Amino acid sequence: MDIRVDRTRCLGAGMCALTAPQVFDQDEDDGLVLLLDAHPPQDRHTAVRTAAGICPASAITLTEPGSPPHP
Amino acid sequence: MHHEPSPHAPADEPVTLPTQRAAGCPFDPPAGLAELREERPLARMRYPDGHLGWLATGYSAVRSVLADPRFSSRYELLHLPFPGGPEGPPPPAVVGDMTGMDAPEHTRLRRLLAGKFTVRRMRRLTERVEEITAEHLDAMERRGPGVDLVEAFARPLPALVICELLGVPYADRERFQGHAHALMSRESTPEEVMAAYAGLQEYMAELVAAQRAAPSDDLLGDLARDSDLSDDELAGLGGFLLAAGLDTTANMLAHGTFALLTTPGRADALRADPELAPRAVEELMRYLTIAHTTVRSALEDVELEGRTIRAGDSVTLSLEAANRDPGRFPDPDVLDPHRTATGHLGFGHGIHQCLGQQLARVELTVALPALLGRFPTLRLAVPAEDIPLRTHMNIYGVHRLPVTWDEV
Ligand code: HEM
Ligand code: SF4
Repeated sequence: MDIRVDRTRCLGAGMCALTAPQVFDQDEDDGLVLLLDAHPPQDRHTAVRTAAGICPASAITLTEPGSPPHP
Repeated sequence: MHHEPSPHAPADEPVTLPTQRAAGCPFDPPAGLAELREERPLARMRYPDGHLGWLATGYSAVRSVLADPRFSSRYELLHLPFPGGPEGPPPPAVVGDMTGMDAPEHTRLRRLLAGKFTVRRMRRLTERVEEITAEHLDAMERRGPGVDLVEAFARPLPALVICELLGVPYADRERFQGHAHALMSRESTPEEVMAAYAGLQEYMAELVAAQRAAPSDDLLGDLARDSDLSDDELAGLGGFLLAAGLDTTANMLAHGTFALLTTPGRADALRADPELAPRAVEELMRYLTIAHTTVRSALEDVELEGRTIRAGDSVTLSLEAANRDPGRFPDPDVLDPHRTATGHLGFGHGIHQCLGQQLARVELTVALPALLGRFPTLRLAVPAEDIPLRTHMNIYGVHRLPVTWDEV
């Protein structure tokens, strides 16, 4: 799994940091997303997919082997 | 664009927005929304002012509109879905009211504030929220059984928290709570709404002047010190933040308690396992959806679920209907604190998704289990039918919640 975040879209709602705290954090100053781990281990993939799915700004893109980028 | 009606095209008879909750169902969305969602998740709707627009009740339709920048939130472009409102389009958002703005103006304010409301910053408030909660529970215990939970717990708690966060003296609450109430009531006339805004603005302007002179360590002081906000913007934003955090959290606390106490086994489930709180809170947000309805206006023609929404059409988004969509949440009408309600639209979605949601989560996850834990025999003091419901308010909930318990 390959994760990309778009800080120009992010609006700091924090859903990612709440859902997958080992993978996403929020910058202390601007509140925008920080990607802690662009290639997280398998056991975090479900949480990462949830985070990408609920991000209100569609700022998280995932590429998984054998699948087109989503969301 | 030319459209061939499909043989299965839903009846195009415009509907009106259902607003009456069925008697005896204080937690369910107004009757008729479920049928609409099933038959026509995106329906034509006749607005009270005569406008022919849309009503979205299905989860995917509601979420799509919220996420789509081709839909505007600017008040002056909206037709209002509730009867009894003012004639003609609403006035534009006052300075600092982010919910009525579009990008890029909205982005500027949101960016200024995002860093102040992060998950981490809000969690740091946990201890303070615990203290404030315990103080109110102590006071309830001292008064003895028989209190109105709204007045004794649900209203003061978020008011204290938001005052501390912003740096607003809690002693001034009489001055701003009345204004905040008028802003949130659908029964306020436009004049009353404007007067409430003016009152709040005047109050905040005094605070801002003081903050500019000697900035505090609180949020208002932070903004006064570092940002390029004008005094008007700072006062407007401050007033908006203050108002946005009061009624919402208060009603989640009171209505949430009402639901937990009257749905068999739910309060005990939370007492038995406080770790359940974060999940239970998400589920209560979904199940109750007290911020039940919002509106957007199409800036250009948009194809959605096989229909064409024309530029200028208003779309009413029933967040409460979407959060009960069985296609998204199995057995949606069951309050199940064990379910994963993540993805609910109780805080909205898209660029306006609630800025204060992480604060609200902290408040609710601390306060609800603490209340239930402190009073193991907590129950309504009057029959459930006698609880006065906020039927004509933009934020649903209860006006009063008389509760009692056995003294030990
Ligand atoms: C459980 C309590 C709360 C609920 C149910 C709630 C609900 C919502 C909803 C549904 C929206 C989106 C409105 C729309 O798109 O039309 C929103 C926006 C907002 N909320 Fe909350 N809210 C809560 C607590 C708070 C708190 C504690 C604050 C504290 C400051 C707050 C501040 C805001 C602000 C500033 C916005 C506008 C964000 C923007 O336009 O970018 N809310 N809220
Ligand atoms: S969920 Fe999306 S908008 Fe919110 S902080 Fe994460 S990336 Fe940003």
